[in-house]
Amino acid sequence: MTESIIGHRTTRIDGELKLTGKADYAADHNLPGQVYGYPVPSTIARGRLVGLDLDAARQAPGVIEIVHRGNFPALQHSDNNPACGSEGRLFHSPNTMAEQNKVGEARLPFEDDGIHYEGQYIAMVIADTFEHARAAARLVTARYEEETAVPGLFQTDDEGEEAGDEAVSRGDPEGAFESAPVKFDHTYTIAMETHVAMELHASNATWDGDRLTIYESTQGVVFQRNAMAQIFGIPPEKVTVIAHYIGSGFGSKLFMWPHAVITAVAAKMVGRPVKTVLSRQQNFCSAGNRPASRQRIRMAADRDGKLLSIRHDSQNETSFVDAYTESVGSGTPRVYACDNVSVSQRRVQVNHGTPTSMRAPGEVSGSVALEIAMDEMAIELGMDPLELRRRNFAERDPSADLPWSGNHLRECWDDASRRFGWEKRNPQIGSMRDGHEIIGWGMADATWEAMRSHCKARVELRADGKVQVACGTQDIGTGTYTIVAQTASELTGVPLERIEVKLGDSTLPAGPLSGGSMATATTLPAVAGATRDAIEQLKQLAIADGAPFEGKEADALTFENGTLSDGSQTLSFAELLDKLQRGMAEGEASAAPGEEQDKFSFRSFGAHFVEVRWDPGISRLRVSRVVSTIDVGRAINPLTARNQVEGAIVMGMGMGMFEETEYDSAGNIYNNNYADYIVPVHADIPDIEVELLDNPDYNFNEFGVRGIGEIGITGMAAAISNAVYHATGKRIRDMPIKIADLIASR
Amino acid sequence: MRNFDYQRAGDVAEATALHGNDHSADFIAGGTNLIDMVKLDIMRPQRLVDVNRLPLTDLESLDDGRLKIGALVTNTDLAYHERVLADYPVLSEALLSGASTQLRNVATTAGNVMQRTRCPYFRNPARPCNKREPGSGCGALEGINRNHAVLGTSEHCIAVHPSDMCVGMQALGATITVEGPGGTRDIPFEEYHLLPGDTPEREHDLNDGELITHVTLDAPIDGARGHYLKLRDRMSYEFALASCAAVVAMDGDAIREARIALGGVGTKPWRSHEAEAALSGQPATEETFEKAAEAAMAGAVAHRDNAFKIPLAKQAIVRALATVTAQG
Repeated sequence: MTESIIGHRTTRIDGELKLTGKADYAADHNLPGQVYGYPVPSTIARGRLVGLDLDAARQAPGVIEIVHRGNFPALQHSDNNPACGSEGRLFHSPNTMAEQNKVGEARLPFEDDGIHYEGQYIAMVIADTFEHARAAARLVTARYEEETAVPGLFQTDDEGEEAGDEAVSRGDPEGAFESAPVKFDHTYTIAMETHVAMELHASNATWDGDRLTIYESTQGVVFQRNAMAQIFGIPPEKVTVIAHYIGSGFGSKLFMWPHAVITAVAAKMVGRPVKTVLSRQQNFCSAGNRPASRQRIRMAADRDGKLLSIRHDSQNETSFVDAYTESVGSGTPRVYACDNVSVSQRRVQVNHGTPTSMRAPGEVSGSVALEIAMDEMAIELGMDPLELRRRNFAERDPSADLPWSGNHLRECWDDASRRFGWEKRNPQIGSMRDGHEIIGWGMADATWEAMRSHCKARVELRADGKVQVACGTQDIGTGTYTIVAQTASELTGVPLERIEVKLGDSTLPAGPLSGGSMATATTLPAVAGATRDAIEQLKQLAIADGAPFEGKEADALTFENGTLSDGSQTLSFAELLDKLQRGMAEGEASAAPGEEQDKFSFRSFGAHFVEVRWDPGISRLRVSRVVSTIDVGRAINPLTARNQVEGAIVMGMGMGMFEETEYDSAGNIYNNNYADYIVPVHADIPDIEVELLDNPDYNFNEFGVRGIGEIGITGMAAAISNAVYHATGKRIRDMPIKIADLIASR
Repeated sequence: MRNFDYQRAGDVAEATALHGNDHSADFIAGGTNLIDMVKLDIMRPQRLVDVNRLPLTDLESLDDGRLKIGALVTNTDLAYHERVLADYPVLSEALLSGASTQLRNVATTAGNVMQRTRCPYFRNPARPCNKREPGSGCGALEGINRNHAVLGTSEHCIAVHPSDMCVGMQALGATITVEGPGGTRDIPFEEYHLLPGDTPEREHDLNDGELITHVTLDAPIDGARGHYLKLRDRMSYEFALASCAAVVAMDGDAIREARIALGGVGTKPWRSHEAEAALSGQPATEETFEKAAEAAMAGAVAHRDNAFKIPLAKQAIVRALATVTAQG
């Protein structure tokens, strides 16, 4: 038996295609008769659209059609969008996770004449070239009745609406707080963020009779297929969604946005394929965001550091056209042992585009407040912040009466603190200096729930010696192609070069969303099942009448390194299929979470240790070192797994120090581009030393994997803020930390 | 982007003739700024005259010690030119702190001089902007103005000048040579960029149809050292929140001559004669530097979000001076 390829550092099998430009992203497709769509965005944040002058645009070069409310078809009917309830012109918006047809924004395009946020589409110009469409779009003039906008969570007194299903309470948090010796009540805020994935949102739609094909940059081909079928009232089999390669999504491409619906309608109207690539500016307005949040934490402990009470009450922004809940407090009842805990969540409507999932949605925001609060409690107690966490380690999941399937947080603390050198930390504020710079050390815990969903897969052992694996999930740049190939290679013994993986096509066996850190744990068991099924089918073919292994028992045959053997005769599957004159042996499988879900609580943990350098003479704050140890079960491919954690850590730096989607008091977006929306660049990124513990979680699935996309970002901004406190004595509870917050400290 | 005509000129005379003092025409060189603004629909040229073939790509050391830089010398070539590295290191540092390698490889010297503000209100045709549309108002005054200017502002415009290169040139002293329908003329660098005042749409002393052909740096100050310090949120690929170009010549322990220019805080590349006066003849101490910084920022006016720029600019001045006077 050769060495296992599972757990082996494996370079991406699609790397060469990407480097040579051969990987086909959504916008790369040009179909016969291709025309182009360019949306016209609202320039006000709130009001009514009362007039649309299209004449100049219609006469502009190359214009074929202009789609707008006046000629947009009534699609399927249905649920109420409160924003257009008085209009009596209700469209259906599919919107459930259970039916796998959730969309990013429940309001369909042009559904009502209300303007609910800047950048909302009021028309789309279709023209013979992208440039003509864009030029003509600028000639459309709109008349509005403008109303006073709610520009953001921090500019309104609205308390919002309670998201009841988020509420958690155990014990007597209020009573325990009142009688506790050490306690505080602090409020934390996080600015709105935007995903700014490198690849712009793009949609290319074409109709063949009543069949719709869409090339989309999406993290969920199956969801988009189902949503489109619902909206157009056609069977899902008549919709094909293709996303072979995706230039990241970070959640913004999980659920379909309005541009895709307009594009598909436009393609039908003009009878030609329509391609819409959103501008960077439009990506900021109408393709999701991480909503701003405000969090109040009341935390109490005894003098030994035992947590007595945590109350975590949060608000998040949502739009006026959909009710998005950011589950900010979802980790709080689970991470630390505390008998008295309550969590609540409220949604506040503001005139922004609808928020959506963004890497570690909810928990990362909650981790900022909770992990800064833990640092504050340590200061109150005069205790090392790591020691405080040790004293509140949760032996079982305190929110469910269940044991952890595996909680290796103590190993993470031990490993990361040792590598970081935490024991050399002088707790005195501003005590560690190097030339002009003051050094600050901070830490925080990381955590993310392990989730698994349903998945189907198909595997073909082919007469040409190749193995093809097919699954209707997608690779958003994380390495899914590669780990699927590794799995098939592991089980067949066929080298990677002869394994073909097909993903990103809704006609393939239905696979999961690429989100929530669940794609790996969801997909691989189905791929393994289908591979085993294909091998079994091969054996059945081999022992049939007239076949080379006629008369043998299937169980007596072994399949290793791509060859079938009964001990005396050995044939590769290609040779066997050739002899049988068959093209392939095919296997299928589906996999789903089972009763293990009732026996264990599945959650990953980790710890970040961060060094910052603060130069008070020039008000320069830099992260100079990050040491993280993360337990996510087994890493199928340590190379891409580490890359996920490193990328998430960088994104956490963005949350802590740079990223803020700004709206002015009129509700107009201010920094909708890569120059003004600040994300970390290479020069900001320090040495990041990530260690992945290798503790396979076989309770969760046969591969022992729990998923890895989100956890690295959780806790990072808090660790930075805690390090900043250590350096400067300034407790920053509002993310991102800005120069103006620190400039007075010396 | 709206359709436009395109013409290519072979020499300066042809370029100015093709332009023909036509308001709807623009020159294009590297295009890193112009094309961006055309895409944003805030510049709508009907005709572009491509000047990239003009013979303006040379650097020439003049007999009097000055350095004559062709308008088409790229930012990269300028930053790494041996004379610039040897005699004008502040300019090299300023250039390399701006944009990215890819942009610097095509951005030109004259194009950088002509670079327009990054004010988001200017860059969004849906918002009021007196610079883009005189009389429409200023969105930044009551809007978000964290990145805006604190020096040289007016009640009509607080847009900050974005260039790093120009700050270096402002400290070094330079002359801009233009050629146009009225012939050739030289403009002192310091007088080239205009304060917004009542006419923020007038950004520089360039007449219609005129083309920059050269920028000539003053002869280096004998024995001077230079340093450019740029402060910003992140370490690269961002415009300055505050920057300082410091050029200092010492006479023993005293400062013989100093040049101070600031970026990120002014409506134009900001030369601070006040700071220079506070430094001249003084000992090179922290106290002197702080006095110079105070002098430089004495006239600063903050708006809602950008008050931090005033102490930040002072810090940039003090640290740049400390660095340049500490050099071995």
